[in-house]
Amino acid sequence: MAIEVRVPTILRSYTGGQKVVEGAGATLSGLIDDLDAKHNGIKGRLITPEGGLHRFVNIYVNDEDVRFLGALDAKVADGDSVTILPAVAGGALGFAAAAALLGNSSNRPAAAPDPTEG
Amino acid sequence: MARYESLLDAAGGTPLVGLPRLSPTVPDGAPPVRLWAKLEDRNPTGSIKDRAALFMVREAEEAGRLRPGDTILEPTSGNTGISLAMVAKLRGYRLVCVMPENVSAERVQILRMYGAEILFSPAAGGSNQAVATAKQVAAEHPDWVMLFQYGNPANARAHYETTGPELLRDLPTITHFVAGLGTTGTLMGTGRYLREKVEGVEIIAAEPRYGELVYGLRNIDEGYVPELYDATVLNRRFSVGTRDAVLRTRQLVEVEGIFAGFSSGAILHAALAVAHEAVKAGRRADVAFVIADGGWKYLSTGAYGGTLSEAEDALEGQLWA
Repeated sequence: MAIEVRVPTILRSYTGGQKVVEGAGATLSGLIDDLDAKHNGIKGRLITPEGGLHRFVNIYVNDEDVRFLGALDAKVADGDSVTILPAVAGGALGFAAAAALLGNSSNRPAAAPDPTEG
Repeated sequence: MARYESLLDAAGGTPLVGLPRLSPTVPDGAPPVRLWAKLEDRNPTGSIKDRAALFMVREAEEAGRLRPGDTILEPTSGNTGISLAMVAKLRGYRLVCVMPENVSAERVQILRMYGAEILFSPAAGGSNQAVATAKQVAAEHPDWVMLFQYGNPANARAHYETTGPELLRDLPTITHFVAGLGTTGTLMGTGRYLREKVEGVEIIAAEPRYGELVYGLRNIDEGYVPELYDATVLNRRFSVGTRDAVLRTRQLVEVEGIFAGFSSGAILHAALAVAHEAVKAGRRADVAFVIADGGWKYLSTGAYGGTLSEAEDALEGQLWA
């Protein structure tokens, strides 16, 4: 048995269009290295040059967010199900439209909007 | 208290009800593990969003950002739009909602009933088109006020000042709080309050995992994390798929008589996971979770009947939470 990894649409160019691929490893970090060996380049889309999980990537082991399970050190094992998703939380459409209306990038600091900025 | 000066004063103060049939059974002599549902569908427009809408409008009024007769612009077809429409009507503002033209007929009817105006963006263009329409509207009307629930601290403050204290008052033995993760306002506000007051309390997020279509971004950099989100407030975060959300939503009504929307089913799914873990560990647990809204607005999806697979297909591509 292997670890089943669900790949979002936007990363399927690395998996030859496959929605579900298999991998191996004892930690998430090891699993991602294994995936990158089979699907060259996918690691660069998940992990930043500084070595952390990409801000807009969420990874779940058996439906639980790895950032609360040790992040890249999270334990994985054969039979686990790993899901990779872009961060859009409660609906991409509302967020994207709201952010666009404010004319700000998604990275701006938390603050109440100033309506005078229009 | 059951008498209020106006509908706006009646927001919050929702009942917390036990779920004796859905709570897991514990072995003889083991400490109890109980589930409690906070019925947020009992708010004036039928969802938890009334709390945030009221606080955001009040805060904007006090800060002088919103004056009588102003127009509020909100790019949502969801519960926040409905809550804002009610508050705007009673406080004397005009509300304009920007939304894709393929939202459900109920949403449009409810918003119009409350007096909101709707600007549709073409469904064919997807989120890119919605963004383009929203940008255009904002550029044409620089005087319109956006409350921006994803980054407005008054959203989280509504829950810090109301939802959190209500839970502690009604359930001083609370060990876990579980709610949906969208704008993150409910979890940030309630979570911060409970962490200050209850040692060891766990704050758990249930995040809806939609069908493929909803994640139609062109690349990872188009992702979005709400400005209000602070991961240190949470202990755990579950991703709940459509099938599990539908299954739990049906159990809520079939077993406990609570007719809720699908996001509440997703939240119950996470609440049951932590409850069963507590049983395994032999720990006492009082798990409070949120019923975010009733099921009425989702009836036309057809997802309350038929098999789970049929329900899953019916909700494919929809923002069900």
